[in-house]
Amino acid sequence: MKVLVCVKRVPLTGGKMVLTEDEQALETRHLGFTISPHEECGVEEAVRIVEQHGGETTVLALGPPEAEEQIRDCMAIGADRGILLVTDGEEWDPQATAGAIVAAIADDDYDLIVFGNESADAGNYQVGIRVAHALGRPVVTGLKGLSIEDRRARCEQEVPGGRDVYVVPLPAVVTVLEGINLPRYPSVPAKLRARRKPVEQVTPQRPEPRLERLRLVVPAGHGKRAEILGEGPDAAPAVVDVMRELGVA
Amino acid sequence: MVLVVVEHAGGLVDELSLQAIAFARELAAGEPLDALLVGAGARDAAAQLGAHGVATAHVAEDERLDAFAPGAWARCVTEVVDRARPSAVVAAGSNRGNEVLAHVATRLDLPFAANCTAVGGDGAGGSSLDVTRMRWGGSLLEEARVHASLPLLSVAPYAVAAAPVNGAGAPAVEPFAPALEPADLAVQVAEHVEAVQSGVSLAEAKVVVSGGRGVGSADGFGMLEELAGLLDAAVGCSRVVTSAGWRPHTDQVGQTGTKVSPDLYIACGISGATQHIAGCKGAKKILAINSDVEAPILNNADYAVIGDLTEIVPAITAELRKARST
Repeated sequence: MKVLVCVKRVPLTGGKMVLTEDEQALETRHLGFTISPHEECGVEEAVRIVEQHGGETTVLALGPPEAEEQIRDCMAIGADRGILLVTDGEEWDPQATAGAIVAAIADDDYDLIVFGNESADAGNYQVGIRVAHALGRPVVTGLKGLSIEDRRARCEQEVPGGRDVYVVPLPAVVTVLEGINLPRYPSVPAKLRARRKPVEQVTPQRPEPRLERLRLVVPAGHGKRAEILGEGPDAAPAVVDVMRELGVA
Repeated sequence: MVLVVVEHAGGLVDELSLQAIAFARELAAGEPLDALLVGAGARDAAAQLGAHGVATAHVAEDERLDAFAPGAWARCVTEVVDRARPSAVVAAGSNRGNEVLAHVATRLDLPFAANCTAVGGDGAGGSSLDVTRMRWGGSLLEEARVHASLPLLSVAPYAVAAAPVNGAGAPAVEPFAPALEPADLAVQVAEHVEAVQSGVSLAEAKVVVSGGRGVGSADGFGMLEELAGLLDAAVGCSRVVTSAGWRPHTDQVGQTGTKVSPDLYIACGISGATQHIAGCKGAKKILAINSDVEAPILNNADYAVIGDLTEIVPAITAELRKARST
């Protein structure tokens, strides 16, 4: 099994969204970076499939040179190789992103390509579907369960009232949701091994965006501070009063 | 004409699709509004759409469409696009709405803007359309320009209210048999497994008692469960808790978990990261129980109690019991 997982470097936003002065990006000078939660589970799922069936996991990211950190993080979970599509840090729209991924992997015969259902930041819900279409492969989205048997993928989606099951032949593309598994924590030796694994770098050219970001806006929030009902257990009667007012006690 | 892809189940139109229709009516600005319905029960659902301003319902009829197949739905959309030439295609920002429009986008080589909350002043018809859309599960908004003569837009859930119109009759129904190709049906629901429902569902609970890192351990959730039991509430948690393995992911509230909208959300030991707030901001009221008066959750909560939750939560439980016994 050759498995590819596509991930995106995104900031760890913490408790507040703060924009750069030009309103084009989040102010990230004081933030760490990670990958989207769905993608963390995608990497874990890929590594488990390869542990079970043999083969190799490749991680691909499109992003600035620093995105190599996120590829190394995925390697510490168990991915074997990395591909970094290097950008100048400018965001690529979903069509351009899918195009660059397809161009980078078209010659490689991956049995399974795994995406997060949507990225944590842009949330465009479409790169995996675009890549699958360009490669002529089936794509099943939003998976909470996946098993591979006899070159077929059994894919489970949570829907109201239960689960829908799809069965598709490999090679296939899937997009997964957080909760499909509980990702492992990388061990220290695994982190050290990750430093020595190969990362191939390619620098694609960014086409003109067709979904063009004009500016970002922090939505008008709650706009008030919480009313402090009290400190410690002595506040319990005040809490129960509030519950009664709301009709829930 | 603006075309809306309408989801329905058991002959009833989905609430999110009614919201998408209201959004599309705004976008249409007086142009006619058409709907596309696919699958079993489509005609019954179509009959309800006149009351929402839909003039014509295109109903795709083929028994192979009874089980959901995103490629087949996309085929139905592109056929109506070819025949009826809409100026925009709109769907709900649901799992299936986003999935189908992404398939349509790739087949027609068009951009697709997911989870829009508003359209700009220009309206449809030109070579581009400005929209506002959600990023970070709604914690941030983006003003974006869709460069396409046929914009494809999904509508963020609960960004727009469904808006019935007065005096409209049933829409004209135009049935059609789409020319489905085998590839359109290559991905299709093969089986549905019913879930075993136990307790109050997180998404529908009137009260949610939710715990974060401050709860300290899996065992610490015992006192939250006790309080929840008294309030007929569901127990939720933050992402830190599921990552630590203290609670299953099905309990997680947040951008990548469940979005909740209870009357009261009780956030115990939850700092209030944007990823968590994206899941609980639909609550009517939020009560934060936190040891840190500077925690970001206090900027999103209505009420707060400051202190050690392992003392406060049992005290609230005891107070509730006392209040009920008198």
